[in-house]
Amino acid sequence: MSEVSQFLMQLVNGINAGSIYALIALGYTMVYGIAKLINFAHGDIIMVGAYICLFAISSFNLPIWLAIILSIIVCALLGIVVEKIAYKPLRSASRISLLITAIGVSYFLQSLFQLLFSANPRPFPTIINLPALSIGSISISAPYYITFIVSVILMSILHLFVQKTKIGKAMRAVSEDSQAAQLMGINIDKTISITFAIGSALAAVAGILYCSSYPMVNPYLGSLPGIKAFIAAVLGGIGSIPGAVLGGFILGIIEALTKAYISSQLSDAIVFTVLIIMLVFKPSGILGKNVKEKV
Amino acid sequence: MLKIQDLKVSYGMIEAIQGVSFEINDGEIVALIGANGAGKTTIMHTISGLLKPQSGTIYLDDVDLTKTPADKIVKLGLAQVPERRRVFSQQTVEENLELGAYTRKDAKEISETMEKIYTSFPRLKERRKQLAGTLSGGEQQMLAMGRALMAKPKILLLDEPSMGLSPLLVKEIFHIIKEINNNGTTVLLVEQNAKMALGIANRAYVLENGKIALSGTGEELANSPQVKKAYLGG
Repeated sequence: MSEVSQFLMQLVNGINAGSIYALIALGYTMVYGIAKLINFAHGDIIMVGAYICLFAISSFNLPIWLAIILSIIVCALLGIVVEKIAYKPLRSASRISLLITAIGVSYFLQSLFQLLFSANPRPFPTIINLPALSIGSISISAPYYITFIVSVILMSILHLFVQKTKIGKAMRAVSEDSQAAQLMGINIDKTISITFAIGSALAAVAGILYCSSYPMVNPYLGSLPGIKAFIAAVLGGIGSIPGAVLGGFILGIIEALTKAYISSQLSDAIVFTVLIIMLVFKPSGILGKNVKEKV
Repeated sequence: MLKIQDLKVSYGMIEAIQGVSFEINDGEIVALIGANGAGKTTIMHTISGLLKPQSGTIYLDDVDLTKTPADKIVKLGLAQVPERRRVFSQQTVEENLELGAYTRKDAKEISETMEKIYTSFPRLKERRKQLAGTLSGGEQQMLAMGRALMAKPKILLLDEPSMGLSPLLVKEIFHIIKEINNNGTTVLLVEQNAKMALGIANRAYVLENGKIALSGTGEELANSPQVKKAYLGG
C-alpha cells in the first residue's frame, strides 16, 4: 500500500470514529447549553442503546429497523427519566453536586447492566450488510461509510430543528437566558426533557453505529467513547452545536493519525493532552464564545 | 385587574419583600418607584412567577398567580419587559419577536401583531434580520417591549425601561409606553427615574426597604415633599 493510500485509510478511520464522537458530543453540548450540566452518564446511554438493539435482534428476533427504533425510543425515555429523577431535584443546587450525581448515575447504569447481563462481552450482530466501497486504491467497509452518512444526516436534521422550529428556537432561548425564556411563556421543564430526549436518541444511534464497527457489547463500552466525546465537546466549545461536530471530527482524526504514525498505546494520552492544551490556551473551545458572567 | 395582597418574598434568611399590597385597575398606568435595592425587581419577578413568595396572593382577575407556573402566566395575559431588557442576543430581531408570541397559536394573527409592532418601531423592521446583540441599547429596549407585546398581553410589566438610555431616548420610550396604554393595555411600571414615571402614571406607590411607604396619584406624589426630597433631587 502506498504512503498516500495508507494516509487516506487512516483518515477514513478517523472520520468514522469522529462521526461517532460528534453524535455523542452533541448530547453533551446540548444538555450543557440548556441545563448547565455535564451529564457524565451520557456515555452510558450508548451502552444501553447497544444492549437494547442487541437483545431486540438476537433474543426477540425483531427486524433490524424495528430494533433500531426501539433502541432510540428507550434511550430517549431513559434520558428523560434520568433527568427527572436525578438532576431535576438538584436544579438549584451547586454545579459540583450535579456533577457528582451525574458520575453516580453513570456508575449506576454500568453496575445495573453488569448485574443484569454480567460483565462478559457479547457479540453484536451484523446489522449493516452492504458491499464495501472502493475509491481508487482504498476500500471502505460498509459500517464505516454508513456511520458517516447517518451522522451527517442526523446532524443536518438537528441543525435545521434547532435553527428553524419553534421548539428549537425555544431551546436556544433557554440556553441563552432561561429566566427571560420563562417570561416568553416557555416551559423550562419541557424544554429540558426534550433536550435530554434528543441527546439520548443520538447516543443510541451512536451506540449502534459504534458496535457495528467494533461488534462487542459490555456494560462499560460507553465510558471511553463517552469521555472522548466530552473532550470533543469541550474542544469545539461546550454549548456550541457546530463546535461539537467539529470537535468530534478533529478528535477522531487526531486519534487515528496518532495510532498510525506515533503509537497506538499513546493515542489516548495524546488525545487528553490536546484537551489540556486547549483548556490552557482557549478554554472556551474552538467555536465557543467567551460569555461574560452577568453582574 | 391585578391585586397584590400581603406579599412576602425571602431570599434565604433575608426578607426582601415584607408584606406589600397594591393593585392595578383596568386601563391604568401604575408606577412603582423606589431606590436601588428597595425590592422592585423582586416584586416583578414574583408577579411573573420566576420567584415564589413566602406568603400572600397575587390575583390577575380571578387567578392566583402565586399558584401558577411562569409559562402559564404569559398565557393568562401578563407579559414582562425585564430589567436590562434581556433580549436573546444570539437570535435575530424577528426570532426574538416570534419568541414573544410563543404561547400563541394562530400564525396569521401573530404576523398581524408583528406588522403592528413594526409600524410602531420602524427601526426594528429595518433590522429584523440582524442579531439582537448587535442593536444599540435603545433599540434593544424597543425590541424587549415589542417582544412582550407579541404575547398580546392585557397587562404589561416594565422593569426599569429607562435604564442606561440617553434622556432623549428615555423620553421616546415613555412616549411609547403612554401609547401602548392608550391602545388598551394596562401598565405596571417600575422605575428609579421617578420624575418620568410619575409624569405618566395615573397612580403610584413608593417602595422602601420591602414595604410600601407612600401611595397616591402620580401628581400627588410628584408634589409630595417626601418624594421630592428622596427621589426628585430637591
